[in-house]
Amino acid sequence: MGIFDIIGPVMVGPSSSHTAGAVRIGAFARRLLGEEPASAVIGLHGSFAATGEGHGTPLALLAGLLDLAPDDEGIPAAREIALERGLEFRFEEVDLGEVHPNSVRMFLASEGTELAVSASSVGGGRIRVFDIDGFQVDLDGVYPTVLLAYPDRAGAVAMVTTILSNAGMNIATLKAHRASRGGQALMTVELDHTPTAGVLNALRHLPHMDQVRFVPRLGFGG
Amino acid sequence: MANPEGTLAFYRAEAEERGVPLSRVFLDGEARQSGKRPEVLEALMLDRMNVMRQAVARGLARPQHSRSGLIRGDAARMERWIEGGGSLLGPAFSRLVAAALSVAEVNACMGRIVASPTAGACGVLPAALFRVAEEKGCPDEALVRAFFTAGGIGLVIEKLASLSGAEGGCQAEVGSASAMAAGALVELLGGSPAQVDHAVAFALANVMGLICDPVRGLVEVPCVKRNAMGAVNAAACAEMALAGMESVFPADAVIETMGKVGRRIPEEYRETARGGLAVLPLTGCDSCGQGNFCS
Repeated sequence: MGIFDIIGPVMVGPSSSHTAGAVRIGAFARRLLGEEPASAVIGLHGSFAATGEGHGTPLALLAGLLDLAPDDEGIPAAREIALERGLEFRFEEVDLGEVHPNSVRMFLASEGTELAVSASSVGGGRIRVFDIDGFQVDLDGVYPTVLLAYPDRAGAVAMVTTILSNAGMNIATLKAHRASRGGQALMTVELDHTPTAGVLNALRHLPHMDQVRFVPRLGFGG
Repeated sequence: MANPEGTLAFYRAEAEERGVPLSRVFLDGEARQSGKRPEVLEALMLDRMNVMRQAVARGLARPQHSRSGLIRGDAARMERWIEGGGSLLGPAFSRLVAAALSVAEVNACMGRIVASPTAGACGVLPAALFRVAEEKGCPDEALVRAFFTAGGIGLVIEKLASLSGAEGGCQAEVGSASAMAAGALVELLGGSPAQVDHAVAFALANVMGLICDPVRGLVEVPCVKRNAMGAVNAAACAEMALAGMESVFPADAVIETMGKVGRRIPEEYRETARGGLAVLPLTGCDSCGQGNFCS
């Protein structure tokens, strides 16, 4: 937390948690998908469902999916922009259980890939992504983040950290999540610096690696 | 005994020891933490001030109407009232009120603002600091420093209490903004770090217990007009401190008390829109012929 978290962020109103945080959740999901989604089913939970409409939360979530920044004055027109760009979207109310009241679950699809992301807006525009494709994660978008899907087996973490270490990349956090022993696994790695295309390529060419996704650091407007 | 790090007393002691204003201590701390040079940070603050200035101008120039119909161009109405010579305590006071309304209305209408410390309280700092600086002829360099003082006070409040209406009621949002503005005004007008401390204590004590009861859950009523109140409170408290009045409690103790009070405020009065003004039936729109909040 610094002075510019207090005098900031620069954003469009009316609420840092309902609007700025919602834009960032949308942006995180888009970057995780790797391209503009062709379709989005957006489930609003708790306070996002109850007071989201008046706060422009659905507009903000859409704006993030469309790669608008939290301070983009086009956010109020996000529905029109989505229609222009051919993004099919639908909102619904969901009950995600005992999670933060400002939470959302998104199902996204593009030509090549599908994605399910759940996240909360936890205040001041900060977010917490807690579920990706059924895996419990804990990410806030503050660091450049690599996500790797692979079948659980011995040595996977060592192979990944070796590549990162050889490239001189410092790891801020690393967590491996698996559905069951020997089942499908998801590793999330938050880095201090943005990895080069070469590093990401090397990770993609590791044996048994099903999918490697990269989410750049989420900047804040202004 | 040394003051714990992160308290206002801690920063005040450093400022007094070095013989510099609080803004210098906060700016140096931010430079250390971010690894950015002070000049870069000052330029970044100036950018944010310019966003605030645009928000002040926008709501005064064009009536802002929110989608709910609860916000209907009151800042522009206030501006016309001032232009017509209707000011109650002189134009400086009335223009401060109009500026706070303007920024808060722009926020409610999904315009561009700087959350400071939150979006709901975004009108307080620009109104108090810009209007007083204009009145007193303070240059932008001094204003930039004042915003660092405000931000540093906000960091202390975040550490010792809370800046969130959902956690601590409106005292934590508009109240904190008002305390930040009061302290920043004292430094802007040449007051000492000790006087900044007194102004922060006055401002927060004045709104102790203020609930957060947004009508329909929206950042509109009573939020916009509470921004005006926060800016006026800040100016009053800065003036009292500059006149030599002293708080019987240090600011840190008042801030901590605000946090304790906030945690004991019933949940229906903490941004849930389940109590206070938020549950009153809406009336009063028949005469305006605008908006749709009765429908």
